[in-house]
Amino acid sequence: MTLLETVGLTKHFKIGGNVSRRTLHAVDDVNLSIDRQEIVALVGESGSGKSTIARLLARVYQPTSGEIRYQDRPLSSMRTRRQSLAYRGDVPMVFQDPFSSLNPAYRVAHGIMRGLKLHRRDLNRAQRREEALRVISAVGLAPGVLDRYPHELSGGQRQRVGFAQALAYRPKLIIADEPVSMLDVSIRIGLLNLMTALREQEGVSILYITHDIASARYVSDRLLVMYAGHIVESGPVEDVLARPKHPYTQLLLSAVPDPRAPLSTDSADQGEPPRVIDPKPGCRFRWRCPLAIDVCERVTPELRLLAPGHSAACHVATPEPSLSEP
Amino acid sequence: MLEVRGLSVEYATDGAPVVAVDGVDLDVAAGEFVGVVGESGCGKSTLLFAIARLLSPPAAITAGSIVFKGHNLVTMTEKQLNALRWRDCSVVMQSAMNALNPITTIGAQFRDVAHAHMDWSADEVAERSAEVLRLVGIDPIHLKSYPHQLSGGMRQRAMIAMALLFTPDLVIMDEPTSALDVVAQRSLMVQIKQLQRQLGFAVVFVTHDMSLVSHFSDQLLVMYAGLIVEVGPTRTVFDSPAHPYSRGLLEAFPSIRGVRRPLTGIPGSPPDLARPPSGCRFHPRCPVAMPECATTEPPLYSVGRAQARCLLHAPERAPLSEVRS
Repeated sequence: MTLLETVGLTKHFKIGGNVSRRTLHAVDDVNLSIDRQEIVALVGESGSGKSTIARLLARVYQPTSGEIRYQDRPLSSMRTRRQSLAYRGDVPMVFQDPFSSLNPAYRVAHGIMRGLKLHRRDLNRAQRREEALRVISAVGLAPGVLDRYPHELSGGQRQRVGFAQALAYRPKLIIADEPVSMLDVSIRIGLLNLMTALREQEGVSILYITHDIASARYVSDRLLVMYAGHIVESGPVEDVLARPKHPYTQLLLSAVPDPRAPLSTDSADQGEPPRVIDPKPGCRFRWRCPLAIDVCERVTPELRLLAPGHSAACHVATPEPSLSEP
Repeated sequence: MLEVRGLSVEYATDGAPVVAVDGVDLDVAAGEFVGVVGESGCGKSTLLFAIARLLSPPAAITAGSIVFKGHNLVTMTEKQLNALRWRDCSVVMQSAMNALNPITTIGAQFRDVAHAHMDWSADEVAERSAEVLRLVGIDPIHLKSYPHQLSGGMRQRAMIAMALLFTPDLVIMDEPTSALDVVAQRSLMVQIKQLQRQLGFAVVFVTHDMSLVSHFSDQLLVMYAGLIVEVGPTRTVFDSPAHPYSRGLLEAFPSIRGVRRPLTGIPGSPPDLARPPSGCRFHPRCPVAMPECATTEPPLYSVGRAQARCLLHAPERAPLSEVRS
């Protein structure tokens, strides 16, 4: 059952002064959906627009056009303070940098208590304390952490506090923007395991935003690949990894360092970033694409279903035979 | 060519000094690629800065020697060092964004380096700058560009070009790819390796991402809490990691291939170097720790072609360690 979906979600930023006004297309015409208790990974390189999507979903930015629908209601119709508060409680965000996302002047309990006071007005003081203890243990921390200051905690512990704060609202969907990229490699897995545990135990959905496709595979059910503001491929994570349809996904997968596999050096691609300032129609990957044909120059490809639940935005990709059968 | 012996670096603090690098030995042969891996705070970057003699207070080398082409860098004066720096041994920093001057052109920065270290004519500088830029796959037209006009990958390439200006024998690299996307990262790694084969310089490459160097380095050093815990030929360390920490690090990366299976990572977090654990510094996080690990500091034991700082490999326990690995 769909929890949240976007329809033609677009965000443009104006750059330059009055003389040379240009438009940066951070997110263009994105349709995505997240089901209940689903973990969806949004993967892309820096500048692909994945964090812009996170901020649009968290209502930090207003979309330029398009719509976000939460539980079948458009966000634009939630205008009152109470409605937007309810949405923020349902869809909290966990940030990338655990060193700057916690207020250093307050104990850990403070942030959790504030969230509880704001979003769960029905709880009394004793219940709030109880709830704080519950969420702190749900993220695998000792109760004593509540009375510590952020500087006394390690990066991994702080990031768990970030998840505990989000959990205190009884969220439906947690937006996690690169939650492990600032952490040491040896403790990243612990946080990823926490995300899957929260889905099981708390019943939340998670949008996991990352540049690391291997960790995306590790936690998610479905994978969305972004390139230059577009979603270029979407599907069940194992299907996408086993049979990537879009040439960009194929390039991305071939570049992941893997000590267990031989090095592939056949690609001369230098990883040059795409141009998203005043882009012309056509596929935005065509300059780097080994398969580009004439039509790629003129027509922006749209997501097409190529296998069950698996689609790609590419003129060249072919559907799997199983799909054409009735 | 480079021979580091018993190198220790301490950071002075209000209390007891913090030993960030503790008695490190390291040998780099001409043309060799040495990878140094470890988590943040393990001392890998401090080691690298010490080798380049770029440490500034409160950090200082407190023991050991760094012999580079027959000269002990530790006892050299700044003036003597300047004669070696960049010509014989150059450094590529982590973030080209911060290492390049944003308000002058790439070409001007090449000229700066050339004037500081070599007396070349303007023509010679221009010619050589264009040559090294072409080496790394950048059009020399970008000598007139400012850093912000280049992409992250190009800036990092320009940094490497600058390091190669005088064809050094040793290039020290501190996570040069960490700010790049995977595609740009692979492209740069492949290029570094090609240049290295072509020009024959040696590389000391520091990274936190063990899988990154797996296909590129000849020798691999794994550091933990200021100590080398494992050292050996790269393939050996990857195929049969002898130290539980190396094994844990390898296990900490999910793969995009094979069956999807739960991983455990390494429990706990890296130690505070101001108060390192007693005995083996990894014992509080070690899945196979024994009682004596808390009290005995293990030396580096030979394990096949590699060496590991773990009591499991003590000669008297050798049969057991074979069973375990």
